[in-house]
Amino acid sequence: MNSLIRRGDFWAGLVLAGLGMHIVTQAWGWDYMTEEGPGPGFFPLWYGTVMVVLSLLLTIGAVLKKVPGSQSKQVSWGEMRRALTCWAALAMCVAILQYIGFMLSFGMLTLFIIAGMFRRPLKEALAYAVGGGMGFYALFSWALDLQLPVGSLFQQFL
Amino acid sequence: MDILNGLMQGFSVALTPMNLALCFLGCFLGTVVGVLPGLGPPATIAMLLPLTFKMDPTGAMIMLAGIYYGAKYGGSTTSILLNVPGETSSVVTCLDGYQLARKGRAGAALGISAVASFIAGTIGVLLLMLVAPPLAKLTLAFSSPEYFALMVLGLAMVVLLAGDSLTKALLSMTLGLWIASIGTDLFTATSRFTFGQTALLGGIEFVIVAIGIFAVGEVMANMEPEKPVEMLPVPKGLKNLLPTWQDMKDCKYAFLNGSLVGFFIGILPGAGATISSFLSYGLEKSYSKHPEKFGTGVIEGVAAPEGANNADTAGAMVPLLTLGIPGSGTTAILLAALVLWGFKPGPLFITESPALFWGLVASMYIGNVVLLILNLPLVALFAQLLKMPGYVMYPLILGVSIIGIYTSDSSIFQLGLLVLFGLVGYVMRKLDFPTAPLVLGLVLGDSMEKSLRQSLMMSQGDLSILLRPIPAALLGIAAFLLVVPLIKKFNATRVQMIDSEA
Repeated sequence: MNSLIRRGDFWAGLVLAGLGMHIVTQAWGWDYMTEEGPGPGFFPLWYGTVMVVLSLLLTIGAVLKKVPGSQSKQVSWGEMRRALTCWAALAMCVAILQYIGFMLSFGMLTLFIIAGMFRRPLKEALAYAVGGGMGFYALFSWALDLQLPVGSLFQQFL
Repeated sequence: MDILNGLMQGFSVALTPMNLALCFLGCFLGTVVGVLPGLGPPATIAMLLPLTFKMDPTGAMIMLAGIYYGAKYGGSTTSILLNVPGETSSVVTCLDGYQLARKGRAGAALGISAVASFIAGTIGVLLLMLVAPPLAKLTLAFSSPEYFALMVLGLAMVVLLAGDSLTKALLSMTLGLWIASIGTDLFTATSRFTFGQTALLGGIEFVIVAIGIFAVGEVMANMEPEKPVEMLPVPKGLKNLLPTWQDMKDCKYAFLNGSLVGFFIGILPGAGATISSFLSYGLEKSYSKHPEKFGTGVIEGVAAPEGANNADTAGAMVPLLTLGIPGSGTTAILLAALVLWGFKPGPLFITESPALFWGLVASMYIGNVVLLILNLPLVALFAQLLKMPGYVMYPLILGVSIIGIYTSDSSIFQLGLLVLFGLVGYVMRKLDFPTAPLVLGLVLGDSMEKSLRQSLMMSQGDLSILLRPIPAALLGIAAFLLVVPLIKKFNATRVQMIDSEA
């Protein structure tokens, strides 16, 4: 098991234990049993408890496990940074979607991925961004009659 | 006689021009997905699911199933030409397929792979047709306690076979159960885990989680710079793709082995096509007259696993359609699709929705023929897809994901959830948390809770209702399956400690 996973297991265990505790606490506030049978707290209380136990096992296991340095794989922070940058770009695209519409926000996302992340020439990236945005809009909005967001900034022009 | 009548009805449904076109489209998309290593059937089916809401459910199911089994055909192409499996179930095909290609027999390997897939796929559908109706009749007497026990068993088997760590698989499943309980409790109208958001009162849509975890998570995981790969050439001309008569003779047992192993392993929830392909390869090697040659490029080493991973698809349809229990991430999405379209997969499914069941079965016969045609003369064309750069594909996947979620609900909040679940999917991949148990927990969680609560209502809270013969047996098997690896692990740790002390 590599060092990332060891540390990852530790933190994942803690986060899930926190979630499990939240589930148990919330479920505690709901009826466990009613006159008609089990209440809304019955099922969450059980799986929440299981989650707490398992996540603590994961955390403890990560702490107790000893891995020789030579066996641990190097963490590629560069790869993780790329993935998280892509995720942030997607989050940004979704955030501005309602203002500038699908075509522009998706075009910008495509441009960023191709030119910014894959270092392709700007002209090529622009061609894919424009073609992709317009292609999707033509296919879904016109051909399949599915409403894509136009954007509140452009709504007044329609 | 019932089966023959059903099949006739099925062909009358599947042979309508629209359903034929959808079957072809599904098979085509499936082959494309199978060929492309960065995109799997669960992601594709999840992405396309919202677009099927306005379609006729039978046609939509025919198309989605086509993607599912079509991907198994396409998966072998990259295994043989690149030594990179297009799908996890094609990993074992690399062993002999790539060696055959290096010896200049890529055509024979691709050809036998298509033929084995066709034969095993067809036998698999035949077995599905024969096994599913009697099994459904057998389970007609099931009520809430039996269903609850069955779902526990299904989850137990899936969790067991989901990955290296049982703890992580179980945690993944509980996370799915939690997501399933977000929203309003239908028994008491209590809102659960909504964090004060009215948008969460109706719960979290399955497609958002599935697309986020499978499609967005997969794109993020594939973001690393691409390494150039060397692809072996595809022989030109259909004649060079057809296996020789000797090849066919050498593979006669491999076809049968692949068909039977694939189908029966496919029935077991959680076992999956990867296990069936490895098993059939091992079996083929064990009774071969020249086992030492396996791995150096023997034709049976391609036929057996490729047959198995196709027959597996038909096997996986048995618990899905007759019990409502999915065995993998992909079948969980198909189950969710059926539920979203208003069907109730389970013992009554075949009698209540004969057109859909028999239409699907008939379309799978047709689909296998379509795939044989697509994968023999057009294999060179599909191989060209491997030259498609990731930077073109990834924005397309993200675009379809956004459109899929937005068009189903027109809500930016749901898109925010998509982004969130994309991150969850990526983190799970990075930390080796299996994603299939989460999806299964999510799909089964709601009905599992409902069955449990209905059972306990019936018994006025007395848990002994779960000790009726069938539920007790099913729960006993589930407990056994969960306890065995723990004992094994304990024993391994004990031996390790004794060794280190010594």
